[in-house]
Amino acid sequence: MDQQQRLDALAAVTPAEELDHIRESIVSNLFQKSRELCSKSVVIQDKNQLYKSEKLDRIFTSKVWGFPIMLGLLGVVFYLTIAGANVPSSMLANFFGWVEGYITLAFTAMNAPEWLHGLLVLGLYRGTSWVVSVMLPPMAIFFPVFALLENYGYLPRVAFNLDRLFKKSGAHGKQSLTMAMGFGCNAAAIMSTRIIESPRERMLAILTNNFVPCNGRWPTLILLASLFMAVGFTGGMHTLVTAFVVMGMVLFGVIITLLVSWMLSKTALKGTPSHYTLELPPYRKPKMLNTILRASLDKTIYVLRRAVKVAAPAGVLTWVLANIYIGDTSILLHFVQFLDPFGQLLGMDGFILMAFIIGMPANEIVLPILLMGYLSTGALTEVEDMAALKQIFLDNGWTWLTALNMMLFSLLHFPCGTTLVNIFKETKSWKWTFVAFAIPTVIAIGVTFAVAQVIRGFGWV
Amino acid sequence: MKEYTIALAGNPNTGKSTLFNALTGLKQHTGNWAGKTVTLASGYYRYKNIPLKIVDLPGTYSLFSNSEDEEVARDYIVFEKPDVTLLVLDATSLERSLNLALQVLEMTDQVLICLNLMDEAKKKGLKINAKQLSKNLGVPVIPISARNREGLDVLSDTLLKMCSGTIKTKPYKMKYREEIEAKIIKLEKELSEILGPDYPARWLAIRFLDGDSKLIAALKNKLASNGEGGGVHGSTTALGRSGGGHSC
Repeated sequence: MDQQQRLDALAAVTPAEELDHIRESIVSNLFQKSRELCSKSVVIQDKNQLYKSEKLDRIFTSKVWGFPIMLGLLGVVFYLTIAGANVPSSMLANFFGWVEGYITLAFTAMNAPEWLHGLLVLGLYRGTSWVVSVMLPPMAIFFPVFALLENYGYLPRVAFNLDRLFKKSGAHGKQSLTMAMGFGCNAAAIMSTRIIESPRERMLAILTNNFVPCNGRWPTLILLASLFMAVGFTGGMHTLVTAFVVMGMVLFGVIITLLVSWMLSKTALKGTPSHYTLELPPYRKPKMLNTILRASLDKTIYVLRRAVKVAAPAGVLTWVLANIYIGDTSILLHFVQFLDPFGQLLGMDGFILMAFIIGMPANEIVLPILLMGYLSTGALTEVEDMAALKQIFLDNGWTWLTALNMMLFSLLHFPCGTTLVNIFKETKSWKWTFVAFAIPTVIAIGVTFAVAQVIRGFGWV
Repeated sequence: MKEYTIALAGNPNTGKSTLFNALTGLKQHTGNWAGKTVTLASGYYRYKNIPLKIVDLPGTYSLFSNSEDEEVARDYIVFEKPDVTLLVLDATSLERSLNLALQVLEMTDQVLICLNLMDEAKKKGLKINAKQLSKNLGVPVIPISARNREGLDVLSDTLLKMCSGTIKTKPYKMKYREEIEAKIIKLEKELSEILGPDYPARWLAIRFLDGDSKLIAALKNKLASNGEGGGVHGSTTALGRSGGGHSC
């Protein structure tokens, strides 16, 4: 087309060697004018107030205090979550147990068949009740507290502190931001890697994002840590130790992120990190009530609804699988028994692996499916309180090693279905999507295997 | 009834998404950090019974082709031609915000500026003369605080008046150094001959001078799709890739 050719003729109007010069000139003119406009319309009344953010940053991002403050805040968040969640969790569990009694009475009154009661009450209702009582309270505390920190402007400071580590591992500093996003939802974080311009560094961020726990995995980590990891302690100490264990998990995830980034940047994704400027936004006092309400309602309800929505059909499916027999064992048990030897090798069991596999669509449902699996095989514990929950695990041969390795596997294993779909959408490559699945899976298997062998080797369990 | 389209542009972390939520009642995730919005999100609201479509562009510091999000924002303003581009400036760091504002004023006449975070600016002891700024820039400047929902009615009022053409703007156009100016004027003349009045010839001249090959490619693409009868709604490549919504 004539129009196109005439445009092409103009495209090279500036010789290549002058381009930098022209851009520089344009930009400096822009800056000049902005300053001029600003001085005409802005009056600074109080210099002290203006530099408050800078003063705070000198503390929050200082070489000495940056990391201790970061770990301290993280610890406080976990402590509040664990300390606050216990009582409401037990209360909810009690409540659901009390309601169950009446539902069962109603079933009897209507002369409902035994299998229907089993399917709906023992499978669906109990599974769902456990999910709600176990997951709701920690989420209702954790999300608002985290959101307050985020709205205050602390997250970019975390990114700033971690920036140096990411650079050293050959990745882009902005990866610390996409990682922070992953603490909420890995699937969303995969999309947020668009802020990284270089394709190599963006791929690093995509492949390693899964190593930080998302909304769906926090409850699993917090619950297992509080049930099994601080057994010898009581009261405040118990909470403190639990908080430390969860924090340790997070740190371990970050270390794995850095290690994998480093290894990839030395092999498949070679290259040097590019420069960028990380903006530190001003600290803003969050709108307390607004933030708390939005975080609890939006995030908590979102995760819970997702869990219940997927967990309810999964509960029915699990119950059905557990009650259809081939020979003298149920389909579910066939599957579990098939996985069990491998699970034992990793310090877990067949049920746990089964839950991770069936729970692939969403991490939120791994724990519910596991519970339903256990409940469906005779260990029918009523929903009572947290001690009863622990008893379910103990009855199925759990030790603290089982809990530890399930936490590790949850932290490190393959990304959930939604995340994988997003990875494919963003990379448009089956190969990289498979790599994003394979790396975490291999690491999760390797780490849990090693931990199980060492702990058993020393005879600690 | 005609539906008007408003594009929200501005630096990262100036509260564009907060304003978007306040206007549309949607719950786009907001947070105090740069890069929260990487795709185009759109929502609707009615003011005085007139339907308005709001498009939340990714936050950027400039509109040169540095990264995908800058291209998305820039292509939208120039090629999709929203009825009004609503520029959200951070009252607490006006100088940096104005840098982007000057670039947008080159691209389109239909610009409305809102000074967000006025409450923060006040706390920091900054006094901003919006009238003076409006006089200098040649477009309306409305002080607001999106998160406290202050100034939103005045903003919507002005938006509507601009859409319907009641308020005419006369945006300030950047002047560059003499030797560059001379080249710009020559190029501008040639480009407006080639492209007609539908494109901001002066701004394009500056981009050609700057050797912005990605923009030139996007422009040719746009012209080609118009030629095929793609009409004004044919999207450019950069937009096509990022039309997805937000999950989570």
